[in-house]
Amino acid sequence: MTPADFPLLSLVIWLPITGGLLVLALSDKYAQALRVLSLIFALLTFALTLPLYTRFDTVGAEMQFVELVPWITTFNIHYHLGVDGISMPLILLTSFSTVLVVLAGWRVIEYKLAQYMAAFLIMEGLMIGVFAALDAVLFYVFWEAMLIPMFLIIGIWGGQRRVYASIKFFLYTFLGSVLMLIAFLYLYYRTDSFAILDFHRIQPFDLNAQILVFLAFLAAFAVKVPMWPVHTWLPDAHVEAPTGGSVILAAIMLKMGAYGFLRFSLPITPDASAALDWLMITLSLIAVVYIGLVALVQEDMKKLIAYSSISHMGFVTLGFFIVFDIFENGGGLQGAALGVEGGLIQMLSHGFVSGALFLCVGVMYDRVHSRNISDYGGVVNTMPVFASFMVLFALANTGLPGTSGFVGEFMVILSAIKANFWYAALAATTLVLGAAYTLWLVKRVIFGAVANQNVAALQDINARECMILALLATAVLGLGLWPKPVADVMHPTVQHLLEHISQSKL
Amino acid sequence: METLALGVVLGPLAGAVIAGLFGRQIGRAGAHWVAIIGVAASFVLSLLVFKQIVLDGAPVHNASVYTWLVSGGIRFEIGFLIDKLTALMMVVVTFVSLMVHVYTIGYMRDDPGYQRFFSYIALFTFSMLMLVMANNFLQLFFGWEAVGLVSYLLIGFWYRRESAIYANLKAFLVNRVGDMGFLLGIAAVLLYFNTLDYAEVFKAAPDFARHTIEIIPGYAWSLMTVVCLLLFIGAMGKSAQVPLHVWLPDSMEGPTPISALIHAATMVTAGIFMVARMSPLFELSETVLSVVMVIGAVTALFMGLLGVVQNDIKRVVAYSTLSQLGYMTAALGASAYAAGIFHLMTHAFFKALLFLAAGSVIIALHHEQDIRKMGGLYKYLPWTYGTFLIGTLALIGFPGFSGFFSKDAIIEAVHASQLDGSGLAYAAVLSGVFVTALYSFRLLFLVFHTQERMDARAREHLHESPLVVIGPLVLLAIPSVIAGFLYIGPLLFNGFFGEAIFVLPQHDVLKQIGEEFHGAWWFLVHGLTAWPCLLAIAGIVTAWLCYQKYPQIPDKVKNVLAPLYRLLERKYYFDDFNDAVLAAGSRALGRGLWRGGDEKVIDGVMVNGTANGVGWISTVVRHIQSGYLYHYAFAVIIGLLLLLGWPLWALFGRAA
Repeated sequence: MTPADFPLLSLVIWLPITGGLLVLALSDKYAQALRVLSLIFALLTFALTLPLYTRFDTVGAEMQFVELVPWITTFNIHYHLGVDGISMPLILLTSFSTVLVVLAGWRVIEYKLAQYMAAFLIMEGLMIGVFAALDAVLFYVFWEAMLIPMFLIIGIWGGQRRVYASIKFFLYTFLGSVLMLIAFLYLYYRTDSFAILDFHRIQPFDLNAQILVFLAFLAAFAVKVPMWPVHTWLPDAHVEAPTGGSVILAAIMLKMGAYGFLRFSLPITPDASAALDWLMITLSLIAVVYIGLVALVQEDMKKLIAYSSISHMGFVTLGFFIVFDIFENGGGLQGAALGVEGGLIQMLSHGFVSGALFLCVGVMYDRVHSRNISDYGGVVNTMPVFASFMVLFALANTGLPGTSGFVGEFMVILSAIKANFWYAALAATTLVLGAAYTLWLVKRVIFGAVANQNVAALQDINARECMILALLATAVLGLGLWPKPVADVMHPTVQHLLEHISQSKL
Repeated sequence: METLALGVVLGPLAGAVIAGLFGRQIGRAGAHWVAIIGVAASFVLSLLVFKQIVLDGAPVHNASVYTWLVSGGIRFEIGFLIDKLTALMMVVVTFVSLMVHVYTIGYMRDDPGYQRFFSYIALFTFSMLMLVMANNFLQLFFGWEAVGLVSYLLIGFWYRRESAIYANLKAFLVNRVGDMGFLLGIAAVLLYFNTLDYAEVFKAAPDFARHTIEIIPGYAWSLMTVVCLLLFIGAMGKSAQVPLHVWLPDSMEGPTPISALIHAATMVTAGIFMVARMSPLFELSETVLSVVMVIGAVTALFMGLLGVVQNDIKRVVAYSTLSQLGYMTAALGASAYAAGIFHLMTHAFFKALLFLAAGSVIIALHHEQDIRKMGGLYKYLPWTYGTFLIGTLALIGFPGFSGFFSKDAIIEAVHASQLDGSGLAYAAVLSGVFVTALYSFRLLFLVFHTQERMDARAREHLHESPLVVIGPLVLLAIPSVIAGFLYIGPLLFNGFFGEAIFVLPQHDVLKQIGEEFHGAWWFLVHGLTAWPCLLAIAGIVTAWLCYQKYPQIPDKVKNVLAPLYRLLERKYYFDDFNDAVLAAGSRALGRGLWRGGDEKVIDGVMVNGTANGVGWISTVVRHIQSGYLYHYAFAVIIGLLLLLGWPLWALFGRAA
């Protein structure tokens, strides 16, 4: 078997799932063995995803590491995997985040530890499956299956109102997914195939049908991103989820909606996307401004970061849907590429930064058992090392140059002005709003005199926590100081995508 | 040159990283040594660069260090542009920074955050150097935000103080308002020039001079006006011009060394430097130049007035900084960029001196900053007094001192300017001279002369500061005296900056002034009988009368002009407006959107409404399941009829 034929993607999908099942079989009595085993599987999976980057061919735009096996031949369904410059970085983000989550749950989770670790490992495989699937049915299976572990994570290890939150989360996302399934069935009817790349080639495709398909996809993806006004499940889910759940939710799950827009909406229904881009841009800008203002007045740290997530994801969708205005204004494929790649980098950065912020809140929650801002104050006095990390991630959240948070926002704003000056101006309000809600949080929680007994009794982070945060800090600074290696793998794919969607299918 | 330049920036960076990450291991002395060695190396290398570029006439260095990102066909680079403007800034920045580093050893001696402080100021020096040495807008923005970050960290250095962490948040946010404009300006540059490289943008700029842009459909504005206005908004934030000046006085919550370094000598002048660097763009819009000049002049006069009513020694100096930044900005608006940079340089020396001397007073009095509790200190602190006096004379533009040359040049330039608003600006900068002398000498008299007002315990402990504090004061006092006399000729009238600064012939006020310029001596003698000098002396005399000779006068004036006094005391109500309208307004809006939009409408009506709706339908539909067989049979029949009827209707109904 040559390296090219090696089923690397299958391996990184099924290895963590197998690991999860193995862990599940272990009793909680062997807690330490269980943790080590989970970590080994997470690390191994991460190590195996690295060749996806190092062996990635940055010249062509074709799918790479492709695996194609017939699955249900009657309906022309295949076990079809592959990655391009859009999905590959997201797979790495997934395997990286899972390692952190396993480490973060190391000592904190005592109740049903085996199930907890297993849920995350299984979810890792499923999420990688979502990004790697090139067959719509396979994609749908992973997409739906992924909800189950997350539903359990919130429902079992969650907070007080975990049942309300998990049901709200499930219903919201499920409702959207059902419409997506209908769209898939229609597209199958048009192509006699479930291959996503065949969907891309439907031609001619009249506008009304495109709009219906676009809206069906929108229902699924907008909920996931989430876009205003279908975002209200996210703050509840985050608040109730355990730290690891919040990290995966913020770092990976939100990315799936945005990924869906690039994999399905834009290439399959470019004319509908162009016709409805005003809607998408409006919703994105509402996310940036409206949600930014809402974040300002939150009293619960997790809710604040959840709203901040929505606001930051607004940049992603903005970067994707300004492309048509840029085409129209003569900005060309190049001008549009800046926005799309900016959105993609924003996705990665948001994975690191919001994941890190949720972990930081988790570190404090583990000690004080409160998420209320007013229960803290002056944490820096007792936890100086932790405070340095928290301030770093907060600054990354405000888009400070040199951190990853800057790169995507900068690119999207530079690109948005090519579409319309006011898009850029409204998006740029995040410079003030983002700084206001993030640094006000820092002021109230981290700085100041020691506020109460709980804060006075805080212990600074231990080596394990320090390692997790240091890994994330490295990622945040690395991507901020030198984003080129990451952006370079995206160029051919984005270029190809933009060429494709600039052609009308009517 | 490349190696030299890298050495200049990496020295302080290494110091910052080592002192920051390994502060505990290397100890206090280790931290100050690594930081000082880093910055000292940087200073020496900057001198070398200055020698090569300015004295030996080496060509301008413009090269990229690494490619940060390639996207959308644009290469975003990190790189250095070293011309005479950069070389001058590098020397000023590293010199003042080095003085402040040494001074800090004495000032922060007992502070538990000693290592952290050295790490921050070394990091600041690195960031500031990256800013002035940038060869493109991206790196400029990097440095711009990075100095803002360090300023944030240092204002809040004493993080237990509520006032300090309020001030640093405020500083960051106000600066971010400016940065929003700045970033949009950069985006607009990229949109039209398709590059962020200075050299390429400046080369292409004249082609866009007549270009218009419709931001609001139907209104065609000059592209250059829009771009420069946006960039200038950034400068207004960083260089604290009205109305984005509100953060600077509060920034005095930080330790005094950083007030000197960041909030007087270097960071706040970044806006001035930036506009001078962008002169090839600003020259193309007279509208913006007028705006710049008027805003600068307004800041110069009105911020100076606030200095008269302050009682905190550092705040008086802070308002003086605002006012002096206004002078520099006015110079930029008059196209006298060189004069702005010249004043930036002399100001860096004498204002750093004033702050550090004020700091020396503050340590002598055990962190007392209220000038109402000082007085008569000249006896106890002779060195501090002497250097403070030099700084004050330089600040008010006393003939012969450095400020005299640089400020007179600005006033002359504004006078000579033909742009709209120059008359108003001239009146403002001229009356500003009187105000400057008034508040400066008020401070000097109340602190060092008049009767002693501190309590007995404080008086007992009074002693002159140690050598690490006095040394930098003396070293800064020297250029505060002589820099003006020595450099006015070469900097302003000999085309020192060459290609680095671009001025259109019709705007070139310095050239006009230069035609009558016959050397520094002539300028000095000529200045003795001119308005600025007379006004400065009038200011000193007024201060002497009001605070030294007849101390009851100020109270009487206060009573007579109560509304005016109140206006000054409330700082023209800028802070009140920002707190009550902008800050509280955004919070109210946020709360309204959250409670009203998210919770009531979206969750209440849409989400839970859907759930309730489903519940209601099922309650209704439940009644159909009655359990009676004939009900079900009836339903089956109706269903069958409908099912059969539909194709029948489809076949015949349509035809009919």
